[in-house]
Amino acid sequence: MKLINAVIKPFKLDDVKDALKSNGVTGITVTEVRGFGRQGGHTETYRGAEYKIDFVPKVSVSIVIDDEQADAIVDVIASAARTDKIGDGKIWVTDVDRVVRIRTGEEGPDAV
Amino acid sequence: MDSGNTAWVLVSAALVLFMTPGLAFFYGGMVRSKNVLGMLMQNIFAMGLISTIWAIIGFSIAFGGDGPIIGNLDFAFMENVTSLDDNIPGFAFFAFQMMFAVITPALITGATADRLKFGSYVLLIGLWSIVVYAPAARWVFNANGWIFEMGALDFAGGAAIHINAGMAALAVVLVIGNRTGHGSEPMPPHNLPLTVLGTGILWFGWFGFNAGSALAADGVAAQALVNTQLGAATGMLGWLLVERIKTGHATVLGACSGAVAGLVAITPGAGFVGGVAPMIIGTVAGVACYFALFIKAKMNWDDSLDVIAVHLIGGIVGTLVLGFFADTAVNGEFNGLFFGGGIELLKDQFVAAVGIGVFSFVATYAIAFGIQRTIGLRVDLDAERVGLDQSEHAESAYAS
Amino acid sequence: MKLITAVVKPFKLDDVKDALKGAGITGITVSEVRGFGRQGGHTETYRGAEYKIDFVPKVSIEVVVVDDDLDDAVEAIKTGAATGKIGDGKIWVSDVDRIIRIRTGEEGVDAV
Repeated sequence: MKLINAVIKPFKLDDVKDALKSNGVTGITVTEVRGFGRQGGHTETYRGAEYKIDFVPKVSVSIVIDDEQADAIVDVIASAARTDKIGDGKIWVTDVDRVVRIRTGEEGPDAV
Repeated sequence: MDSGNTAWVLVSAALVLFMTPGLAFFYGGMVRSKNVLGMLMQNIFAMGLISTIWAIIGFSIAFGGDGPIIGNLDFAFMENVTSLDDNIPGFAFFAFQMMFAVITPALITGATADRLKFGSYVLLIGLWSIVVYAPAARWVFNANGWIFEMGALDFAGGAAIHINAGMAALAVVLVIGNRTGHGSEPMPPHNLPLTVLGTGILWFGWFGFNAGSALAADGVAAQALVNTQLGAATGMLGWLLVERIKTGHATVLGACSGAVAGLVAITPGAGFVGGVAPMIIGTVAGVACYFALFIKAKMNWDDSLDVIAVHLIGGIVGTLVLGFFADTAVNGEFNGLFFGGGIELLKDQFVAAVGIGVFSFVATYAIAFGIQRTIGLRVDLDAERVGLDQSEHAESAYAS
Repeated sequence: MKLITAVVKPFKLDDVKDALKGAGITGITVSEVRGFGRQGGHTETYRGAEYKIDFVPKVSIEVVVVDDDLDDAVEAIKTGAATGKIGDGKIWVSDVDRIIRIRTGEEGVDAV
């Protein structure tokens, strides 16, 4: 099994969720994160003092999925999250050794 | 006794009291989230401590006897206060003045944000209210006080409250030192909506502060109320104008800060000026206080929430411009320079500002230094890192 | 490629970011987390009732790097996050199978 992690623009979350749903993905976990990358940040000014805000709000999406589906789902996320503007984010895939559905105790592909 | 006047002064006392929680939110929004309870606490606590001290001894030092510098103990523990019954009850005046005594030391907390130990704060403002505030209030608000006698004007406390608290803030900052990470770690405000709420409460309460200082429900009170509104309004406009030109943005914090700067500056003249004067005073204050923000960076004073720029500079502006704009057609016995009164009043205003400022700085520095050398003023480094909410109060503002 | 995950003290985030920048790392993702470890928590009291707060606020940092940069990046985080006091946090590294830059569709080393 694989863990797909996608860091995307927050306003693209619904598009990504819909695309995943229509491709049969039934479970995702979402976290509000902040990203620091090529997009750069912005400047805020409080009483004349400038603060450089380097971190940009992002949403991180985690999905555990079967090996054979992983590549296709990565592409689904990539096309749903794309705006063609800098800061669209990254997707990476790591190995998952074991997965358990807590309620039933099922393991492996059944637990996904 | 006049029931209309009495009613207005009693309501004004309540309005002024409400300014202290307003100040708490004004400041609380500007600190980091780990220190917001510490800031709210310092302000709300002033309501508990200073009210009590005022009843025991503060009012008597400010208003007892007939000395020019300091009062006596005639009114200690509220003895003989009814002997002041006149147009309004002595206790209405006592209550109204009590609320001023509460908010003045609370103003200082903005300068020492995020690092002042609570126990030391208690000692600091307790001593300060007796040693610094009560005498200053006597000089300015009591007919026997030397500043009042000299002929300087201070309708609601531009010198006694704002210059006084502003210089005290500077003195304490010099003793306590800068926040850890000041200048290297970013420390932006954590919740500006709280600051907007606090600004609204302050502005609302300020009608009691200024119009209540007429101590009557009359034409002077009405003029003072209008002046207060216009001072705040044009203070906001003046601040935002220079901010927009200098940085390209009109900020929410700028609007709030400018309004408070205008309120501070109109305070000493609220019942002595009329016509367009409040608008000029507010605008000048908004612009001057904005530029005063940069003093602290130049001097490396970590006056964290700009008590010097807003209260000290706003108080000085308001106190001095009164020397130009005071108009006997509105109230009082003295005309300013622009109304044919010559230079005399301006000179007296200058002496009042310097007198209060120097006294406040020296006396506050001595108190702060004494506390620093005994129980210490600031929390230790670990407590500062973790924040005052947890280290000083064992609570958190935003539970997870 | 490797995924580095670091859980650090929140006030050290800027130091870690600067250290990573200095090591040439241009993209990181940050989330606010709570940690429970040897540092222990603290006690809060509300109207006389004591609450033991076991979880301590932490910041979690994720960085995907090419294998060659791994040691430098870990070293940078270590240096940036260290205070020498308990609760400085942990860093762990896992393998990344695949990585995509969403905007361009670039994969692998180019996408980091």
